[in-house]
Amino acid sequence: MNAQPQRPDDRGGRAQPMLIAKGLQRYFPIRGGILNRKVAQVKAVDGVSFSVLKGETLGVVGESGCGKSTLARLLMHLLTRDAGELIFDGDPVGVPNGLPLREMRRNMQMVFQDSYSSLNPRMPAEESIAYAPRVHGMARAQAKDTAWDLLRRVGLQPEHFAGRYPHELSGGQKQRVNIARALALGPRMLILDEAVSALDKSVEAQVLNLLCQLKRDFDLTYMFISHDLHVVQYIADRVLVMYLGQVVELGPVEEIYRAPRHPYTAALLACRLTVDPADRIDDPPLVGDPPNPVNPPSGCRFRPRCPHAEAVCEAKTPMLNEPVLNEPVSGPWNPHAADHLVACHMAHPGSGHSKAMH
Amino acid sequence: MTIPISIGVTVICFALIYLAPGNPVQSLLPPDATAKDIAELQHAYGLDKPIPVQYLIWLGHAVTGNLGISIQTNRPVLGEVTRALANTVPIAVISAVLSFAIALGLGILAATRIGGFLDRFSTGIAVLGISVPSFWLGVILVIIFAVELGWLPATGMGSKGSDTFTWFRWSEAKSAIMPIIALAMTPLGILMRTTRSSIAEVLGLDFIQTLRANGLGRTAVVVHAIRNALPQILAMFGLQVGYLIGGSILVETVFTWPGTGFLLNKAILSRDIPLLQGTILVLAMAFVAINLIVDLLQTAVDPRIKRG
Amino acid sequence: MSGLSAITDTATADTVVAAVASARLRGYWGNVWQRLRYDYVTLGFLALIILIVLSAVFAPLLAPFDPNRASMAHRLKPLFFRTNYLGTDEQGRDMLSRLLYGGRTSLLMGILPVFAATIIGGLFGVVAGYAGGRLGMLIMRTMDVFFAFPSVLLAVAISGSLGGGMVNQLVTLTVVLTPPLCRVAETATSQIRGMDFVDAARASGASTMSIVFNHILVNTVSPTLVYASTLVSASILLASGLSFLGLGVSPPTPDWGLMLSTLRQAIYVQPVVCAMPGVAILVTSIAFNLFSDGLRQAMDVKA
Repeated sequence: MNAQPQRPDDRGGRAQPMLIAKGLQRYFPIRGGILNRKVAQVKAVDGVSFSVLKGETLGVVGESGCGKSTLARLLMHLLTRDAGELIFDGDPVGVPNGLPLREMRRNMQMVFQDSYSSLNPRMPAEESIAYAPRVHGMARAQAKDTAWDLLRRVGLQPEHFAGRYPHELSGGQKQRVNIARALALGPRMLILDEAVSALDKSVEAQVLNLLCQLKRDFDLTYMFISHDLHVVQYIADRVLVMYLGQVVELGPVEEIYRAPRHPYTAALLACRLTVDPADRIDDPPLVGDPPNPVNPPSGCRFRPRCPHAEAVCEAKTPMLNEPVLNEPVSGPWNPHAADHLVACHMAHPGSGHSKAMH
Repeated sequence: MTIPISIGVTVICFALIYLAPGNPVQSLLPPDATAKDIAELQHAYGLDKPIPVQYLIWLGHAVTGNLGISIQTNRPVLGEVTRALANTVPIAVISAVLSFAIALGLGILAATRIGGFLDRFSTGIAVLGISVPSFWLGVILVIIFAVELGWLPATGMGSKGSDTFTWFRWSEAKSAIMPIIALAMTPLGILMRTTRSSIAEVLGLDFIQTLRANGLGRTAVVVHAIRNALPQILAMFGLQVGYLIGGSILVETVFTWPGTGFLLNKAILSRDIPLLQGTILVLAMAFVAINLIVDLLQTAVDPRIKRG
Repeated sequence: MSGLSAITDTATADTVVAAVASARLRGYWGNVWQRLRYDYVTLGFLALIILIVLSAVFAPLLAPFDPNRASMAHRLKPLFFRTNYLGTDEQGRDMLSRLLYGGRTSLLMGILPVFAATIIGGLFGVVAGYAGGRLGMLIMRTMDVFFAFPSVLLAVAISGSLGGGMVNQLVTLTVVLTPPLCRVAETATSQIRGMDFVDAARASGASTMSIVFNHILVNTVSPTLVYASTLVSASILLASGLSFLGLGVSPPTPDWGLMLSTLRQAIYVQPVVCAMPGVAILVTSIAFNLFSDGLRQAMDVKA
C-alpha cells in the first residue's frame, strides 16, 4: 500500500494515522419514575481508544450488544460522545479551531447494514446516491453524473438501475447502492457497519470482493465492523475485539487469530464454525450471557465468564495500554502497526495474576 | 399514566366555562340572578382570582363531589348525573355485550371463510355498522316497530316514567329494546372488523401453520387463533363500552331515554353550563377508569405485555 | 473478480428489467394508481363520491325549487307528489332541492375539518416524532388527554359550550379529529426517524430541514393521508349528529342532520320522506368508508 502515490487530500502524510480515537465514552441514560429522571445508565462505549492507519482495514469484532454499532455512530457523530477525543488525519474533530464536522463527513462515510431501512423507499437509486453531493452544493446534473459513475463503479449498470426504487433491488444490489452512496462525497475512510452480514453467502463474497477492489481504486481506509470472524479474517489487516463497551484486544489479524491472548478472544475464535467435522467442538467455549451493561462487574468485565478469573481480576481493571512484549508504547492510540495489545492481567507481567508472565 | 391524564381531563372540563360565549358568571347563574347572587358566586368560585387559582378551587369542589347547581332544576349536578348514569350504564353495557357476542361469532366465521358468502355478509354488516348514523337508525326503528307495526313504544322508559322503571317487567323493559339495538350497531361494525382481521392475521402466522401441519383439527386451530387474538379484541371491547356510555347522547335524544346523553342534550338546549360541565366530567372520568381496567385486564390476559 | 460478480448480479436483473420497466419509472404514487386502476369496487365508490360532490356543487343548477321556499298548502307530501319527486318537508319545502343543497353543508363538514386536522395534527405529529424528547412528550401527552374523551362526548362538550353555528361546528370537529391524526403522524415519523437511511442522510451533513423534507415527510405523508381518508366518513357522521342536536348550522340552511331532526315529529305522517336525509348520510358515509378501504389497500404496500 505504501507504493501508491499519496492522495492530494492527504494532509498528515502516510505515517499519520487516518483516525485516532482517545478514551471515547458514551453512556445511555435509562429514565424511569414519574418525573422521568435518570435512574441508571448503560455504558455502551466506555473508554475506547484505538487508531486506524492509512490504507489499512481495521476489523472490529464482538458479540451483539458489545457497543460496536454505538462506536460506529460515535465516530460518524451520529451520536454525541460524553467524553473522548477524535483526531482525523492530525486534526481534532468537533472542537474549536479543529476540523469542522462537515469537512470530516466529506472525508469519512458509513455503509449501513443491508436492511429494508437502509435506503429511502421513496427515492430511486440515483437520487439516494446524488443526495449527499447535492447537500454539499453540487449542481443537479453534475450530481447525477457522479451517481451514474458510482453505480458503474459498484457494478450496477446505471441505464437499468438508476431509476429503481429499493423494493425493486435485491439484497446485494441494495448493498451496492449503499456503498455507492457512501462513496458519493469522495471520502477517504469508510466505516462498514455489518455491511455484508445480512447477505447470502455467495452475494456476500461478491460484495466483499467489490469492497477490496474499491479500496484499491479509491485508496480507501476501512473500519470493518462485523460479528463474522471469518469475514474479518479475510478482509482485515488488524483486529479490535470489543467486550461490553471496552476494547479487550487489539493487534494484527494473523497474530490474534493464531495466538489470541485474551481469554474472551480465544473463546470467540473457538466458537467459529468449521467445515471439517473432525475439528468440531463439543464443549461450548463460552457459557452464559454477557453481563448487564447497566451494572458491569467490577475489575475485568469478562471476569464472571472467565475460566482463569482470580482475585486480582476483581480488584483491578486490566488496562489495554500495557505493552505485551515489553515494548515501550505510549498508549493504544499510537501503536506501531505490529503491536498486539491486550487488556488482561494474564498478559501483563507483574499484574499479580498467577498465570501472568514475569 | 392515568393520573396525569385525569388531571388533563379536569383542565379541559374546567376550560369549558371559558369556551362558552360571555362572562363565566353569566353562564353559571340563571339570567335573573341578582347582584348579590353574582357577588356570592364570584366569591365562592374565586372568580375574582387568577385562572390557575380558580381552577384549583373548582378542582377542590369537584373532588369532594360538588359539581355545582343546575341552573334549570336548581338541584346539585352530581345527583342529576348519577340518576341519569343509572339509566345509561345498563343499556350501554347490554348493547356492548350484544354487539360483542354477535361480532365475535360472525367475525370468527368470516375469518375462517375469507371470501365466502358469510365473509361478504358480515363485512357488509360491518360497513353498514360503521357508516350508519345511529340517530337515524333509531328513527328508522321507531318508524318500523312503533309507527308501522306498533310492537314497541316509540320513546321513554315505560308508561310510568323512569322513577318506577324495572328491567323485570316486560311492559317496561321492552322500551329499552330499540335504544339498545340502535346503540349496538356502531360497535358491532367496529368489533366485527377487528375480530375478523385479527383472527385472520393470527391464522396466517407460522405457529398456526405448524399446528395445521401437525394434523391438529380445524376447530382446535381456530381455538388457538382466538386465544391469541383475544387481547386485541378485548381492548376494542373496553373502548366500545366507554364510547357507548359517553356517546349515547344521540340515541338517547331520539328515544327520550332519560340517561346522561339526554341530560347533556337538555343542558345544551337550556344552556345549563354547570350541568353540561359536570356531566362531561363524570363521563370522561368513567371513560378513563374503563381504559385503566381494560389495560389491567389486557396485562392479565396477554403475558407479553408487561408494565413497569 | 469484482467485474465478474457484477455481471452475474446484474444478469438476472436484466431479464426482469423488461417486466418492471414500465413500473419502475413511475414511483410510488404511480404504483398506487396502477393498483387502484384494476380495483373496480373502489373506483365505483370514487365515482359515487364524485357524483355526490358534483351534485352538491351544482345544486343551484340541479335543484328544481328554491330550497327555502315554504308552502303551507303542500306540507309533508309523499314521494312523487307532482314535481316534488322526493316529497316535501314540514314547511312544504321541496325535499330533493333541500337534499341537494344540504349536501353542500354535510360534505363541507366532512372534508374541511379533516383537511384542517390533517395539517395541524400532521404538523404537531411530525414535530413530536422528529424532535422527540421533552417537546415530543409534551405534545403527545396533551393529545392523550383528548383521547381520554370518547369522540362524540368531546364534540358535544366543545360544541355545547361554544354554541351552534357553522364556524363553531368546524372548530369543534377539527379539535376532535386532530389528536388521532397527530398520533398517526407521530408514529410514522418516529419510525422513519430511526431508520438507517435517515442516519445516512445525517452522516452526509444534510440539514435538519433537508432531512425532514426529503426523507421524513415523503414517507410520513401516505400513512397519514390514508388515515385521514378514513376520517371523512366519521366527520360527516359526527357533524350530522351535532346538527341533529341543534349544534350545527342555523335552521333555514339545509343540512342533512338538521333535516332529520326537524322532520322527526313527522314520522307518523310521512315516514319514508322523513328517512331520506338519513339515506343521504348513509350512502355518502358508506362511499367514503369503502373508498378509503380500497385506497388503504392500494397504498399499503412496501414501495
